[in-house]
Amino acid sequence: MVHTFKFEDILLALDVESGAVHMLDELSFNAVNAVNSGMDPNSLPYPNEDIQDVLNEIEELKSGKMFDCPAPLPVNRGGQNVIKAMCLHVAHDCNLRCKYCFASTGDFHGERKMMSLEVGKRALDFLMEHSGKRKHLEVDFFGGEPLMNFEVVKDLVEYGRESEKKYDKQINFTITTNCVGLNDEIIGFINREMHNVVISLDGRKSVHDSMRPTVNNKGSFDIIVPKAQKLIAERGDKEYYARGTFTSKNLDFAKDVEALVDLGFRQVSVEPVILPENSPYAILAEHIPSIRSQYDLLAKMLLSHRKEGKWFNFFHFMIDLENGPCLKKRVTGCGAGNEYVAVTPDGDIYPCHQFVGHESFNMGSVIDNNLREDIRNKFKECNIETKRACSNCWAKYHCSGGCAANAYIFNGDIRKPYELTCELEKKRTECAIGICIKEREENDKV
Amino acid sequence: MKHIKTVQKSCIDTSVSTGCGECQASCQSACKTSCTVANQKCVNEKK
Repeated sequence: MVHTFKFEDILLALDVESGAVHMLDELSFNAVNAVNSGMDPNSLPYPNEDIQDVLNEIEELKSGKMFDCPAPLPVNRGGQNVIKAMCLHVAHDCNLRCKYCFASTGDFHGERKMMSLEVGKRALDFLMEHSGKRKHLEVDFFGGEPLMNFEVVKDLVEYGRESEKKYDKQINFTITTNCVGLNDEIIGFINREMHNVVISLDGRKSVHDSMRPTVNNKGSFDIIVPKAQKLIAERGDKEYYARGTFTSKNLDFAKDVEALVDLGFRQVSVEPVILPENSPYAILAEHIPSIRSQYDLLAKMLLSHRKEGKWFNFFHFMIDLENGPCLKKRVTGCGAGNEYVAVTPDGDIYPCHQFVGHESFNMGSVIDNNLREDIRNKFKECNIETKRACSNCWAKYHCSGGCAANAYIFNGDIRKPYELTCELEKKRTECAIGICIKEREENDKV
Repeated sequence: MKHIKTVQKSCIDTSVSTGCGECQASCQSACKTSCTVANQKCVNEKK
């Protein structure tokens, strides 16, 4: 399968199965498209000699396994089941009342409560005991707002560091925070201990304040921004993301990315809200053309900023063509419900943070060391080799079949990808590849 | 080649030795509401 597309002024072809990328001239672009659609390329309005040249070049690339490669053999997904990543819901409560919150403003449709240190320790033990031979483990402090339970976060990091030695593991801790509770002590702790920080910030003040009010219905932008800026200023080269959400109310979200960059954030991720169609903030199919244009604008902005020395990164435009994930990772995706689980304040286990509150997905408990293998196997078998919609999709090795939670929430089946997000993912992938190739070409000129 | 320029050679590692699983879980980085895998690095250095 070969996917062709235009990015700015260049024409590209992605060989889906091998990952090879080719730059095409207009003639070869039209010829490849003709072949893809079952047309005779000789019917194109070009001299037959030129068309024959293109067809010869295609044959040469095919023999070099860089064009229209066959699908590889199914990936072996057998072997030991391990859990390597955990989303730890240390607080099912929040000090903001975001209008689009999938966690129902922090309580996940349940009681507002905090995780105790004992449950947290048990969760880390559970991770250690189920991680098999995996050396690198991940624990994300999540909520609600995890800083509302900061003492437990601190104690759990200390406990985790002891466990690393005991089990010969390395834990990368991360925290996803709205920054309201940050102070100098917490900033110091986060910058010392957290491998990554995800800062929830939507962009322009007006956009952020309208969607992310405090409990007293006041804007939170002015509370958050100085604290978040201090955090990243003292963070050095360590990883972070300013992570925003866009809704139907700010479909011009490229301006929000720009606002975040202007505030000094260099690692940015602004993503579509996930809400049912009846929500006034939901992204609908009719919004797709406008969102696609925004991604084009954003790509242009990213390239021009970088050229001018104002480097920033947009999470969904990142791609590592040379040293990207192996096939098995691309087939299996995020690992939710299999390698990755979420644990609630009560110690209940769910396939990921987005399934918390959906009782049919309760997989057991870290308290009694119980894990439902039947649910786990369903997730293990949910991958691009088993999802019908993915088999003929050119972007399958880039999104790995999309988010299982979105599939369940919108289509009632973890194996039926949510089409709207598929369309957006395809556009982002084209931009990511385009940016990568454009920058390489520019560098080659220098 | 006159019409087609290869700007990235085949890069999806299909060898049987792949799949060590030491890489980051895709949802622990920034997204939390979507799944993107290709923007991640393999933690093993390619030979």
